[in-house]
Amino acid sequence: MSAVPLGMPAFPKAARDATRNPTLRRNLRHATRTIRGRRAAAVAELDDWAELRAAGAAVKDHTLRHLDRYLEQAEAAVRAAGGHVHWAADAAEANRIVAGLVRAAGETEVVKVKSMATQEIGLNEALAEAGITAYETDLAELIVQLGDDRPSHILVPAIHRNRGEIRDIFAGTMGEWGVPAPDGMTDEPRELAEAARLHLREKFLRAKVAVSGANFLVAETGTLVVVESEGNGRMCLTLPETLISVVGIEKVVPTWRDLEVFLQLLPRSSTAERMNPYTSTWTGTTDGDGPREFHLVLLDNGRTGVLADEVGRQTLRCIRCSACLNVCPVYERAGGHAYGSVYPGPIGAILTPQLRGTTSEIDASLPYASSLCGACYDVCPVAIDIPEVLVHLREKVAAQPGHPVERAALAAAAWVMSDPKRYTALQRTAVRTRALHPRKAALPGWAKAWGATRDLPAVPAESFRTWWQRRDTSGETP
Amino acid sequence: MRVGLFLTCVNDLLYPRTGQATVTLLERLGCTVDFPLDQTCCGQMHWNTGYGRRVEPMVRSFAETFAGYDAVVTPSGSCGAMIRDNHPKAAQRSGDAQLAEAVGAVVPRVYELTEFLVDVLGVTDVGAYFPHRVAYHPTCHSLRLLRLGDRPTTLLAEVRGIDLVELPGADECCGFGGTFAVKNPDVSAAMGADKIRNAESTEADVLCAADNSCLMHLGGMAGRRGSPLRTLHIAEILAATEADPVDLASATARKGAPR
Repeated sequence: MSAVPLGMPAFPKAARDATRNPTLRRNLRHATRTIRGRRAAAVAELDDWAELRAAGAAVKDHTLRHLDRYLEQAEAAVRAAGGHVHWAADAAEANRIVAGLVRAAGETEVVKVKSMATQEIGLNEALAEAGITAYETDLAELIVQLGDDRPSHILVPAIHRNRGEIRDIFAGTMGEWGVPAPDGMTDEPRELAEAARLHLREKFLRAKVAVSGANFLVAETGTLVVVESEGNGRMCLTLPETLISVVGIEKVVPTWRDLEVFLQLLPRSSTAERMNPYTSTWTGTTDGDGPREFHLVLLDNGRTGVLADEVGRQTLRCIRCSACLNVCPVYERAGGHAYGSVYPGPIGAILTPQLRGTTSEIDASLPYASSLCGACYDVCPVAIDIPEVLVHLREKVAAQPGHPVERAALAAAAWVMSDPKRYTALQRTAVRTRALHPRKAALPGWAKAWGATRDLPAVPAESFRTWWQRRDTSGETP
Repeated sequence: MRVGLFLTCVNDLLYPRTGQATVTLLERLGCTVDFPLDQTCCGQMHWNTGYGRRVEPMVRSFAETFAGYDAVVTPSGSCGAMIRDNHPKAAQRSGDAQLAEAVGAVVPRVYELTEFLVDVLGVTDVGAYFPHRVAYHPTCHSLRLLRLGDRPTTLLAEVRGIDLVELPGADECCGFGGTFAVKNPDVSAAMGADKIRNAESTEADVLCAADNSCLMHLGGMAGRRGSPLRTLHIAEILAATEADPVDLASATARKGAPR
């Protein structure tokens, strides 16, 4: 995975800044709650949602268990259909392959279909270093790119922006990248979309090379699948002469019959649509129709490491629907940027530390960026038990060097709690010293973090245990 | 029926009234209640903070302490969920077959209080009287781990004198989350503030839940903000009667609570 963003603080600090930004809070609250409600309604329409969800999880688990076989099957099918297949162990290798292919085509520009895998490997930045300009064509990705911003959501990367901000970005920077925004453009969605259309159309018609990801790769026929809502993806997938698709190795599904399950699960979970608007599929190359050259770059970039972890491997079922982000109370308040990764929200909190490791401050803090409320697991269309993986990753972080105070405190607490005598003695001490307990201000560590916004609970004069023993001896209710 | 009360460490020290109310309620419904003194903690804080390997002695102690009862009742959704979901995992991980067996024997007899009342005792009208406006917050672990569903609100709806109001955004987390509250204090507080605002919008006198740990966070926040809202465990509402009412003025662990 690409490196941690420079100067990225741990999650709690980045999130603190977000909680104090009223515009961001308002934008996120409005957007996540709207889509949350729509998703719930779309899912409630299906009587067999629970069975679909179980089927989705089962297909993914089966595929992951036999990933070697299905990948080789997919590779052979893509080659047989006239495509080229490249294997990339990490981000650097994938970026090198793509840059080499663009150069070989004699081009210095590419148009891009929205793709998490290419975000993950930092492809745009790597291409820029190689003298190649990548143009994002998804509306929200365009907003992010023109705004020199970072994506904050998997599906809606500009979710943190409202339409006034988008108008300003378009008016200010579209001209630097190509066709400028029309004069007098307001923040009406129709006008903003029209400006993007005019700007992008010129890119589509000019581009010779496109770069995409894929939502699925059907092993039996070597067919790639992209689902999108705007039609820009289909333009990129059909107009250019060369198409390069960067696809994580976990995107493979064995058969078209398996695909059927996900084409029901994904739209309802992500955009709350019954059916996805633009579903593009392509198999190698076809004479006289679409790109004449097709390259598939199969990306590992940490995925086999995730697969080796018995608890963590369920993360690879993810179909990037974003339902977990939209329902997450932490994401809603912290925003996507606080996660320091292109994968924010609950899925990011488990995926990023597995792909990138937990050595940096931000990555070690991600497994703790959750109250373990479980809303994410409930909505996950492939039943990833995100809280379970979070706790599993917390164990890894807790076992790392560092956090000596926390470790000592919890070791002491465990020592006390493991013995009723020690526990009772400590409880008695807490009751006896209760007049001395501070209620707020000038507290150290965790007590300070608690006391900044909440009163500390008072210790009553008598614990339950003491009351019970008193009642037991007197034989009546005291 | 001989019931072992697993009160939880938080309630034992900080919320003895919840324990007293649970005993009162269960005895009123004909149970023989015992509070075995060897009980300590379910280990949830360690488990959820990444120190799961420290939990084994607590799991062992729980299984031994509560081995002989017809039922084990706990007035805490999250501790109940910890026992039901994670004690078997911890026992499995220990590699101790005897421990796994002991845990396997006790866990099916562990009930959260409202589960016990509705599913085991089969009562929804527990003879309570509570003449106040109440908003019920279904805590996350009650809602999504134990799947308590409408059991708590069914019980509350039968309480005489109660004005039970719907809490907007009820199924959203209050922001407590155990050590989350201190590891991510700003997000936690932002979530808590929204929960308090939602509760205040109902003009409820009391914000009620089946978990005092969440209420500790919400009550502490309400107190700091000078909110008139009181927090109260559901057991205390269900135990209250005309003859033995809850004194709302001292009901909640907030600023100025009696010492």
